[in-house]
Amino acid sequence: MQTKIAVIGDRGSVLGFKAVGFDVFEVAGEPSIASLVADLAKQEYGIVFVTEELIAANLDVVEKYKDDMLPAILPIPSRNGSLGIGMENIHKNVERAVGADIFNN
Amino acid sequence: MAVLQVNPTRMELSKLKKRLTTSMRGHKLLKDKRDDLMKKFLELIRENMDLRVQLEEKMAQVYAGFVVAGAAMEDASLQEALMLPQRQVYASVKTKNVMSVNVPDFQFTDTGDEGRDIYPYGFAFTSGELDASVDALQEVLPLMLDLARVEKTTQLLAEEIEKTRRRVNALEYVQIPTLQETIKSITMKLDENERSNLARLMKIKDMMIAQQRQAQQE
Repeated sequence: MQTKIAVIGDRGSVLGFKAVGFDVFEVAGEPSIASLVADLAKQEYGIVFVTEELIAANLDVVEKYKDDMLPAILPIPSRNGSLGIGMENIHKNVERAVGADIFNN
Repeated sequence: MAVLQVNPTRMELSKLKKRLTTSMRGHKLLKDKRDDLMKKFLELIRENMDLRVQLEEKMAQVYAGFVVAGAAMEDASLQEALMLPQRQVYASVKTKNVMSVNVPDFQFTDTGDEGRDIYPYGFAFTSGELDASVDALQEVLPLMLDLARVEKTTQLLAEEIEKTRRRVNALEYVQIPTLQETIKSITMKLDENERSNLARLMKIKDMMIAQQRQAQQE
């Protein structure tokens, strides 16, 4: 199945992704991306990269698609640097599966 | 442990025994499944962490590159240069089955012309730094795709492990003990019935012998 790849974030962070062929959706400030992501999920988007700032403001949206195969919603660092949310998600995942975060050191 | 509310009959007993064997078997299978899922999960989660560390490093470099490029050019012409992409990248998704969990397997495809460069702009009005940044970003793409695959897979596996663990625990600590208790109580009840029946028969026999003796004496 052919799916498209989307990048959601503030203008400065996502600008370059347009050049390499991703579909870019600019979002200013920290509004809700729930409707946008719902739209993308309905269209044929397989992977949605979202900047960590926006992920932090929209955790419920990420949670909603967590157990579906598609789309995969992934945090990427914005141009202001990494907030550690991506890593935190991995640790949460470990905790969910194992019962305790065994990689936390 | 609570005993199921059933009639203490042989019929129920054999039914319950069947259910117990099924539960035991299911418990063993689910336990194996959980262990294997866990093994796969731990392998993948390590890869996941590695990839994420790599990506965050590379992205930082890419962003730094774009900042330099932005400084060397006017904002408007930077926007303009990147506005119309030369190509469109797609991820073709195949479903892979890991321990009966369906996970996606992404593969890159793009619509760009082979042999043509990736820059969506002419070189006249752009700086060399921009070329380098776009190049760097292009190199990060496979990493991003890999991360997408691994991270989604670990998420889905985590969900499945959680589910399986619940099932294993429910069987181990609720279902199986309850069935065992119920079977025990039914067996006891049936034995009790058996004994009381036997006692009654013996009593009746005694009475009949006594009656016969009386008849002979008379």
